[in-house]
Amino acid sequence: MKFLARHILKGSRPFWLCLFGVTWVLSTYSFPLYKALDARWIIKFPKAWELQLDGWISAVMKWLVEDASFGLFSFRDLTRFISSLIEAPYQVVRSGLIDGFSTGQGQQAVEIAPSLSWIAIITILAALAFYAKDWVLAALVGGCFVYLAIFGQWESAMVTLASVIIAVPLGVVGGLLLGILAYLSPLAERMMRPVLDLMQTVPVFAYLVPILFLFGFGPVSALVATVIYAMPPMVRVSTVALQGVPTEIEEAGRMMGCSRRQMMWKVLVPSAMPTLMVGVNQVIMLSLNMVIIASMIGAGGLGYDVLTALRRLDIGGGIEAGLAIVALAIALDRLSQAFSTRTQDALPEPGLSYVKRHPWLVSVVLIMLGTGLAGLYLPAIQSYPESATLTTSAFWSDAMEWININFFDTFEAIKTFFLTYLLLPVKRFFSGVPWAWGIIAIGLAAWRVGGWKLGAMAALMALAIAASGLWAKAMITIYLCGVSVFLASVIGIPLGIWAGQNSRANSVIGAFIDTLQTLPSFVYLIPVVMLFRVGDFSAMIAVVLYALAPAVRYAAHGIREIEPEMIEAGKVSGCTKNQLLWRIKLPLATPSLLLGLNQTIMLALSMLVITALVGTRDLGQEVYIALTKANTGQGIIAGLAVAFIAITADRIVSAMARASRERLGLK
Amino acid sequence: MKSTYTISAAILAAVCASSAYAEVESLDPIKLTTHDWTGQIVNTFIMGEVLKKAGYNIEYVQADYIAQFAGLKTGDLHVAMEIWETTGREAMDEATATGNVVNVGESGMMAVEEWWYPSYMEEVCPGLPNWEALNDCAQEFATPETAPLGRYLGGPVTWGGFDDERVEALGMDFEVVHAGTDAALFAELESAYQRKAPIVLWLYDPHWAPTKYEGSFVEFPAYSSECYSDPSVGINPSAAYDCGKPTGPIWKVAWSGVADKWPGAAAAIEAFTISNADVGSLVAKVDLEGVSIEDVVAEWMAANEATWSTWIN
Repeated sequence: MKFLARHILKGSRPFWLCLFGVTWVLSTYSFPLYKALDARWIIKFPKAWELQLDGWISAVMKWLVEDASFGLFSFRDLTRFISSLIEAPYQVVRSGLIDGFSTGQGQQAVEIAPSLSWIAIITILAALAFYAKDWVLAALVGGCFVYLAIFGQWESAMVTLASVIIAVPLGVVGGLLLGILAYLSPLAERMMRPVLDLMQTVPVFAYLVPILFLFGFGPVSALVATVIYAMPPMVRVSTVALQGVPTEIEEAGRMMGCSRRQMMWKVLVPSAMPTLMVGVNQVIMLSLNMVIIASMIGAGGLGYDVLTALRRLDIGGGIEAGLAIVALAIALDRLSQAFSTRTQDALPEPGLSYVKRHPWLVSVVLIMLGTGLAGLYLPAIQSYPESATLTTSAFWSDAMEWININFFDTFEAIKTFFLTYLLLPVKRFFSGVPWAWGIIAIGLAAWRVGGWKLGAMAALMALAIAASGLWAKAMITIYLCGVSVFLASVIGIPLGIWAGQNSRANSVIGAFIDTLQTLPSFVYLIPVVMLFRVGDFSAMIAVVLYALAPAVRYAAHGIREIEPEMIEAGKVSGCTKNQLLWRIKLPLATPSLLLGLNQTIMLALSMLVITALVGTRDLGQEVYIALTKANTGQGIIAGLAVAFIAITADRIVSAMARASRERLGLK
Repeated sequence: MKSTYTISAAILAAVCASSAYAEVESLDPIKLTTHDWTGQIVNTFIMGEVLKKAGYNIEYVQADYIAQFAGLKTGDLHVAMEIWETTGREAMDEATATGNVVNVGESGMMAVEEWWYPSYMEEVCPGLPNWEALNDCAQEFATPETAPLGRYLGGPVTWGGFDDERVEALGMDFEVVHAGTDAALFAELESAYQRKAPIVLWLYDPHWAPTKYEGSFVEFPAYSSECYSDPSVGINPSAAYDCGKPTGPIWKVAWSGVADKWPGAAAAIEAFTISNADVGSLVAKVDLEGVSIEDVVAEWMAANEATWSTWIN
């Protein structure tokens, strides 16, 4: 870390030392100072100055839900109409995957057609994988789905798959359209950017309550929340992808005499397709990340299984359902990536019959119909027989008990060490900072890094947090995230450097962090609590595990992107291996490391709400309390406070990355 | 899952040639809410199955415990089977005040919430379950973070319960640590129980935990409403909350339109009662033995036909 600090802060060390020194002194002596001057405002934002924004927001929300009207219909009618528009296709997909089609309601319902059999669904996906790439991918995708069947997760997995099938196209199309708008109009882009920042950083819990009110109770609300959460990367990627289309292609389109519409849909979008598929992939992954939270408001499926298993401390059940989410994520991720790199097939000879031209399509349809009919007589063909499912639940519980009984004391000692020498001192430092100085300090730091505009923005955001009466909780948040980001970087960057230099390490580490990112954190949160008790340390472990991935990925990326000539030059000058790493590779990888740091901070902040489930006293808890009390205003204010911290951190780190890139003479 | 029911119900209906049942007022489904704890889901499924026997259509909707009131007020949701006096009173009063939600009476279960310890602690702290005996061996419960004070693991802050105030008022040498969810609460209990390590924490009944783990609730000075509101009442003359927690009924609530649209169903919902012990054993079957909720409910329905058939007549 030291070299990083040296590299970034080159030439301005006195300023930073001074800033830190003053902050440290004020933080340590703020309490005696308040006692000596009898000025309580030093440590606590005066109640009288607090803005009562949460009350207003709640009132506006109430008006929106109960009274707002466009004359002919109310606002609620509008959202309910949208809700029914989403629900109709969702029900169709769900019926097709698992429920079967029927008419009439309740006990009068009559089944018309069964759902697709499990064999048919696996065949379809494997065939798609083969179509997109090759037999290896088909085997992988098929294998993931067979896992779902064998471990008894089929029914829930299909419910989750149904919501992914609806949420992903909504997110992709919506994101693409907004991205195009931003590409066409710089004004729209400027207006959209802060909204996107908020969509990505305000914790989902903060807007769940208003969504429930507007879209009704049930899977649609969960879908809406998922789309809001998963769409922003698609918007950004779309804009970048379109801007990245070479001007030559655009020129060629113009020479052909394309109309504006043809230009967009026949030239620009197809040329940007490979990059756009990165966005699609992000939408899929984020939708699956939302599975647990969505299940809290009625989405059901695998997320619900994870939650209920862990609530009755069935750790094995939780792990199996969690791994089912990972399997689904891997299958869909690899499939979408394969489609993004797929090359066009040669057209089949026109003279052949339909069956010969489309052998795959025909055989898949035959299997669908065949298994459907056979399933009427043999239930095992329609749905995987329950008696043939496996479970490893007992194994996990026993393993957990063994670890708990034999190693608890060791863990306790490790925990005490970290608490005494890292967590508690940092906590004391941050919670001691008087709010007034905190605002000035963050303003100064941001000004130094990114100019006066950034400084003013950071100070204003800090002031807004203080004025909402959330200063203390915000400081706890910064402390918890700060420590976690530090540890994630300490662990992640070396791993990333290793992965960047060694391809075998890369494949192992890559699989490991992929699993960590898609495995719902709730799955490992409960075992962590069993071993480390409720408290900041457990929360920190969960955050570190989740936020590790970008630190590793970007470090590996940064190392791999270094031009070989640079390394050759180093070797020629007689660098040792160590010197090569510290003097050449790391400085050159700094911009990438900073980007990784940025993403690590974002992920750490997005885990806050989950750590509130362990029991922390930060902004995440504030959001969670608001959710359980259905207090819209409180939730949104606390959510905005989290977003402000995230945005400030993002801007500061990005400015650092920019400065370091300029210093290195990179683009 | 919901629709598997509809399907099996459909087959059943087809077999029984639907006319076997009495005519019901409306075939629109009655929406019962389910939350995230097993006891509530079991009760709701029992109610739902009984209503199905009477010929009504049922839909189970997963909804948040407090947020559901917004849906009950507008008629999006119809029936909630468990509102605990101890945790849901405020929200329920606010909703019934609007006139759109009605309290349909007690469910027969009593909510018990109190400090709880595993029975192996009785050897370490003679005199338990008395609270003074607990206080005398507070240091047994200490952890590095709380030492020299004992550590008491309280429920999520949203559950209320005034534990911080209680510790203060009774002058107890404990520090209250709040778990974030009940899952975290029981994870710690499981961990401590496996190691026979000291623990005292918030537990509630009906729940599977008091069935699975041997132990008892701590006995505090008896609760009275004056004890909470009037500092002068109780052991400590200058502080309120110097007593145990209240116990209270678990209520059923419904959208006010239920009685107009499905009068028969409303009567059945009002008649529903079940005891703590019954629910406790059903919950233990689901959460400890891993039997599915549907099977447990079906078994109960078969064994208690005499009970539930009176609800729908």
